[in-house]
Amino acid sequence: MNMVNVKINGMPLSVPADYTILQAAKEAGIEIPTLCYLKDLNEIGACRMCVVEVKGARSLVASCVYPVNEGMEVFTNTPKVLKSRKMTLEMLLSVHNRSCLTCKRSGNCELQALCKELGVETADRFEGSMPDSTYDDSTLHLVRDNSKCILCRRCVAACANQHVAVIGPNSRGFDTHIGCMFEQPLGAVSCVSCGQCITACPTGALTERDQCGEVMEALADPEKYVVVQTAPAVRAALGESFGYPIDTNVEGKMVAALRRMGFDKVFDTNFGADLTIMEESHEFLERVKNGGVLPMITSCSPGWIKFCEHYYPELLPHLSTCKSPQQMTGAMVKTWFAQREGIDPSKIVVVSVMPCTAKKFEVKRDDMNAAGEEIADVDIAITTRELARLIQLYSLDFRKLPEEKFDDVMGEFTGAGVIFGATGGVMEAALRTAADVLEGRSVEEIEYKEIRGTEGFKEAVYHIAGMDVKVAVVSGLKNAAAILDRIKKGEADYHFIEIMCCPGGCVNGGGQPIQPASVWNFNNVKALRAKALYDEDQAMTLRKSHENSQIKKLYEEFLGEPGSHKAHELLHTSYVVRSRY
Amino acid sequence: MQKKISNLPFSGTPEQEEKLKAVIARHKNEKGSIMPCLQEAQEIYGYLPVEVQTMIAKGLEVPLEEVFGVSTFYSQFSLTPKGKYNVSVCLGTACYVKGAAAVLEQITKNLGIQPEECTADGLFSLTACRCIGACGLAPVMTINDEVYGRLVPEDVDGILEKYKSGNA
Repeated sequence: MNMVNVKINGMPLSVPADYTILQAAKEAGIEIPTLCYLKDLNEIGACRMCVVEVKGARSLVASCVYPVNEGMEVFTNTPKVLKSRKMTLEMLLSVHNRSCLTCKRSGNCELQALCKELGVETADRFEGSMPDSTYDDSTLHLVRDNSKCILCRRCVAACANQHVAVIGPNSRGFDTHIGCMFEQPLGAVSCVSCGQCITACPTGALTERDQCGEVMEALADPEKYVVVQTAPAVRAALGESFGYPIDTNVEGKMVAALRRMGFDKVFDTNFGADLTIMEESHEFLERVKNGGVLPMITSCSPGWIKFCEHYYPELLPHLSTCKSPQQMTGAMVKTWFAQREGIDPSKIVVVSVMPCTAKKFEVKRDDMNAAGEEIADVDIAITTRELARLIQLYSLDFRKLPEEKFDDVMGEFTGAGVIFGATGGVMEAALRTAADVLEGRSVEEIEYKEIRGTEGFKEAVYHIAGMDVKVAVVSGLKNAAAILDRIKKGEADYHFIEIMCCPGGCVNGGGQPIQPASVWNFNNVKALRAKALYDEDQAMTLRKSHENSQIKKLYEEFLGEPGSHKAHELLHTSYVVRSRY
Repeated sequence: MQKKISNLPFSGTPEQEEKLKAVIARHKNEKGSIMPCLQEAQEIYGYLPVEVQTMIAKGLEVPLEEVFGVSTFYSQFSLTPKGKYNVSVCLGTACYVKGAAAVLEQITKNLGIQPEECTADGLFSLTACRCIGACGLAPVMTINDEVYGRLVPEDVDGILEKYKSGNA
């Protein structure tokens, strides 16, 4: 590696030649504050928070985008630098809705943290006009409050990185604001609900639509039988809200917390994931056998589904018709489970805890009513962040909770279900089952390592029962768009493709705990969370979906065979064409 | 000031669309093609409604929000149509101190529209402009190429009436 010698605050240092000053300073133990900078995503040097003095430079430079060079002398803490950063901050505060006491991001707000760090003493040094700001709650999944927006463009970059690009800066100068085309509300444009903008936001300008109140109401209603299910990726990140390191799996404590909140049953969406694999691998084998539409593409990720409906409607026949694990779990709670326990399904409330904001949209989709016209498969979808909030609202001391197990029946799951939360996991789980079915035996090599890892695009060919199965694994909608363009041109001869909406898969979903840029820029958060899931899978005895004894029972007692008429009616769905403009 | 967005129905013709398509084709593979397309589209249509911006976004394969962002950043772009007669009231310093605000107010009352808007019949549009260099005549307004100076609010109704009755 090409190295250069620099001096930071008089301290000599040798760093790779392609480093920025920000990166070099980090190596020297100096954390230069940033606000607009998100590594690989938003490198625009716009907010001026990270300015430093460089010997010989005419003015202060933005260290996040300024490359180092041989002999460079940098000063990060001079009075000039500190004064400039503080004034930038004070000017941002002058047009900021400073309702920190009631703000959802209080305690986890990068603007608030900087005020403390930089010793801002007064928030109203530059009092004057406030810009008009919109409050947009037109979607099912998020709320935009521009009175808390600092115009850092991180959400805009996240949206563009998803190939969606429905938000951007409108107008200019004092009137500049983040909005949609022709000032339409977000609900009126082709937003896919992924929530990547929320996790990119440093302040409280973007938050998930909070449904904690609805959950609490259901729990307090003695007439209701309230069931909760949790997605695999939630356990890999929830701990971050309670001070655990990023790769901690808090499954046991999470179950204990949910039970203490008063849910009648604590089920695992992993059960639905195993069920999805049964149906999806069956559908795949049928398509291969009968000359159906290939490549078949997974349908677990509602942000991806909505993206396909808006942007590539002509490719909808490639989508598996399987409902997502969330919807399958809900459907089975309100049919099979309700029947077994003799509970009226209209009295059951299914709450799902998801790493995802698009799940809030998914629960309201048509054709998601297995138990009857008026009965939704899932009633309320909350995010990992909302669960953390509920745990606080119920005054539970999370770190002191015991480790508990999910409830019987739909609490059993295999390692295949667990890895759904990471990109490549669904494909690996499907291959584990498809290989056994095709080979007619229990195949022992079950780790498909070529399709693991957080890269946005992976492909492999697996030799199964005399057939070469060509698969691709894609995460992030920019990568999805690239492969879809290839399918359209007839250049993608895959059999099976897994597409996840969020970069890195569900572990990096838009509903996960928000890590500040200071953590994000210097750690692979996606990989750390994914590791927690692969570790759990590896430690399990049952690692193939079809080995789940409750799934076997479900088919014996209720559904018949995978792909049966009844399975189709209850576990499969349909898609609609949506417009892009 | 944020730009007004017209809610009048779009009345583009097939000929205009052909012209715009040719413009888009000409600029499609250039870097920074949104600006020239918007400029030429405004020459064709007189303004940049959502229908026109959507054609540009589709044609250039760029997000519509990006096109809209550019069109709201530069003051040369208008999102409201110009009427047959564009009334432009100078609010430069000299005109302003000589009472242009009252003149403007009388025009908005008479026409029932605000600056940056167009009447529903397409006859008048109204602009509040900066100094046009006729300070000796302050306060001043122009209607298309005609200049009216030393105005008082009482002049307004009579002048507009000429255009309404077709006697201008």
